Amino acid sequence: MSCQLASDSILYANGIYRVVYEIVGVVLPCWVAYAIAGLVFAFILVNAVLLGAAAITWGERRLLGRFQNRVGPNRWGPFGLFQPIADLVKLLTKEDLRPDGSDRVVFSLVPVLMVAPLILMTAVLPFAKNTALASLNVGVLYILAVSSITSVAIFMAGWSSNNRYAMFGAARAVAVLISYEIPVVLSLLGVVMVAASMSLGTIVEAQALPFFLVQPLAFFVFMAGMSAELNRSPFDVAEAESEIIAGYHTEYSGVRFALIQAAEFGGVGVVAAITATLFLGGWSGPWSEYLGWLWFLIKTGIIVFLFIWFRATYPRLRIDQIMAFSWKFLLPLAMVNLIAVTLEVFLLRGDDGVLTVTDLAIMGVVNLAVTVIAIAVFGNLIKERVSFRTRQPQNVVVPGVSTIEVI
Amino acid sequence: MTIRTEPMTVNVGPQHPSTHGVFRVRITFDGEDIVEVEPVFGYLHRGTEKLAEERNYVQVVTLTDRLDYTSSMINNQAYCLAVEKLLGVEPPPRAKYLRTLTAELQRIASHLIAVGFFVQELGAFGTPLMYGFRSRERILELFEMLCGARITVSYMRPGGVFADAPRDFWPALNRFLDDFAEEFVEMEQLLLENEILMVRTRGVSPIPPEIAINNSVSGPVLRASGVNWDWRKQEPYDAYDQVEFDVPIGSNWDNYDRFWVRFQEVHQSIRIIKQCIAQIEPGPVRLDLPLVLRPEAGREAYGRVEASKGELAFYLVSDGGISPYRCKIRSPSLINLTVIEHLLVGWKLADMIVSLGSIDINMGEVDR
Repeated sequence: MSCQLASDSILYANGIYRVVYEIVGVVLPCWVAYAIAGLVFAFILVNAVLLGAAAITWGERRLLGRFQNRVGPNRWGPFGLFQPIADLVKLLTKEDLRPDGSDRVVFSLVPVLMVAPLILMTAVLPFAKNTALASLNVGVLYILAVSSITSVAIFMAGWSSNNRYAMFGAARAVAVLISYEIPVVLSLLGVVMVAASMSLGTIVEAQALPFFLVQPLAFFVFMAGMSAELNRSPFDVAEAESEIIAGYHTEYSGVRFALIQAAEFGGVGVVAAITATLFLGGWSGPWSEYLGWLWFLIKTGIIVFLFIWFRATYPRLRIDQIMAFSWKFLLPLAMVNLIAVTLEVFLLRGDDGVLTVTDLAIMGVVNLAVTVIAIAVFGNLIKERVSFRTRQPQNVVVPGVSTIEVI
Repeated sequence: MTIRTEPMTVNVGPQHPSTHGVFRVRITFDGEDIVEVEPVFGYLHRGTEKLAEERNYVQVVTLTDRLDYTSSMINNQAYCLAVEKLLGVEPPPRAKYLRTLTAELQRIASHLIAVGFFVQELGAFGTPLMYGFRSRERILELFEMLCGARITVSYMRPGGVFADAPRDFWPALNRFLDDFAEEFVEMEQLLLENEILMVRTRGVSPIPPEIAINNSVSGPVLRASGVNWDWRKQEPYDAYDQVEFDVPIGSNWDNYDRFWVRFQEVHQSIRIIKQCIAQIEPGPVRLDLPLVLRPEAGREAYGRVEASKGELAFYLVSDGGISPYRCKIRSPSLINLTVIEHLLVGWKLADMIVSLGSIDINMGEVDR
């Protein structure tokens, strides 16, 4: 007895799924094989996120080391590759502390609630052609919806910790996350419009020209917005180490802290993967039939590198400046992008409703000009004007000192 | 409708990543805005002034290293000047030049830390700090050549310096100056015109000159407030009357100016070091003083220098014994902290950390 997927089934094209299904189907009933194949895929995804998080912690520390003229972790394993394992073992053996007066249930729930959305988000990501756990036709919407669970988790962490620094961090984080959701959503509307679909697989296939070339403005807004949503520099006010210790996760230690860290670094990986899918063409590239996963990994790696580079370079903005940056700068930019893309799609689309590569190229050129102009205009509007005092010498009389020259 | 929030009191420190050690300040916040500030110190009190009364005059030099451990050379210098005034002696010229040179090297090292941590507190993840530390490491290696220690140098002695510089020191110093010119430009390019840094610091926490003077503020903080006051110019000690340098002065009195003044002072320090190298001549480096100094009873002396953080002074009283009868330390960090209320009240939590960084306190010196 063996099970065969119908060749027109969407699962048939998914290589990993089909192989597991057919192997398991040899010995077990088809419905069990159906479930097991799905679970195997989910298992791969969970491990991809957590191992990805470990890899990113290592990569980030090594790269930051390079940026800062030092070595970074290099003791454990080749190039220090096992450092995350050592870190994890250390954190697992730590005492599990829960502060007095904290809300037990909420406090313990936070790490789970932070990691879960990340893993959920990967469900719709196409890692290679036709290879996703679920190719939802509302993939973009799903990602946006799931990702906003994180802000609840952060606020729960801040509230339940019974710590004022954590409260500061949580209040800041919620303000930032909610403000940046809007430009991010608006910037994605342009992408959805050009691809004429919300399914991530279709969006990748629509990128005859990668969308970061077609819509540079949307790419910029999305990257800035995602930097803020991930609490990464220069928008990392929620866990501003120099100001409020560690922000919302000040009180977390041991395995809970490990999970929160996994969520943070895994978040970088997942968001980079989403960015690569939406703007860099995902798995498409030469020989994408076979090497799709490689292109996907390379593109994700590039975005992760960008995030690390930002972190190594920029100081942090103040909370009011971050809010102003979102509402006064990113939101108008996202609007401009939306209007420009709407008009272009309306004018360029053929009768069959399809945009050709030439159309995309035209859009790219026009949008590049729009990007430069819009950033220049709105950048000038948002500029903080500091009044400079003119130098006027004045005399200040200090007893016992003859003259002090004051400028 | 106005929404009222309850004021919230937070203990910032003594265990906080950016209070420069164990400084503690009780702050009452209204949301993110600061409404009340109460500094609390004494967590690093080691009784340096009392310890000095138990040691002879030369031994006290080692105590001064541990005041502001980022500028121990300058602390040595201030103390030695005070003892020399007490004894009424003058060190030989080569010692004077060596002291000036090492003090300026130390000033560079101290300012590199100051600007590095300042930007670290602005949220830059370590990169500018490490740029600064790269050069500071070279300076510490130079100190190691001079006296065998890197941080707690104890290089200077009443009546000169501990020993002449070894022969390898001068080429190493020149190599450092060549490399440092490049490294420092790199740091300036990264930081001075940085847009985020400017919006975060310009116009934030200004200290008007009147307030600065009334609070006895000194050093880069005072100069950033637009007051032209530098003890190296006002009352030249050691070889400072032999060298040319400018005193950079801020015009906006804000955090950015305090940051900028330090950068400019590093340039001036390099100028001074180069002149010292050109002018220094062979000769003795230490007066032939007795091993145990016994200044005349009843004499008192006040030796002050322009340390990296402000006016550092030692007030010594002698009773004819082998150790000072009284040793009062005027530490710039403590006195500069008196403007903390003007600096913080009315600004946000994020600005508070940066403003504290801009006055560049060192707890070893505040608590003594």
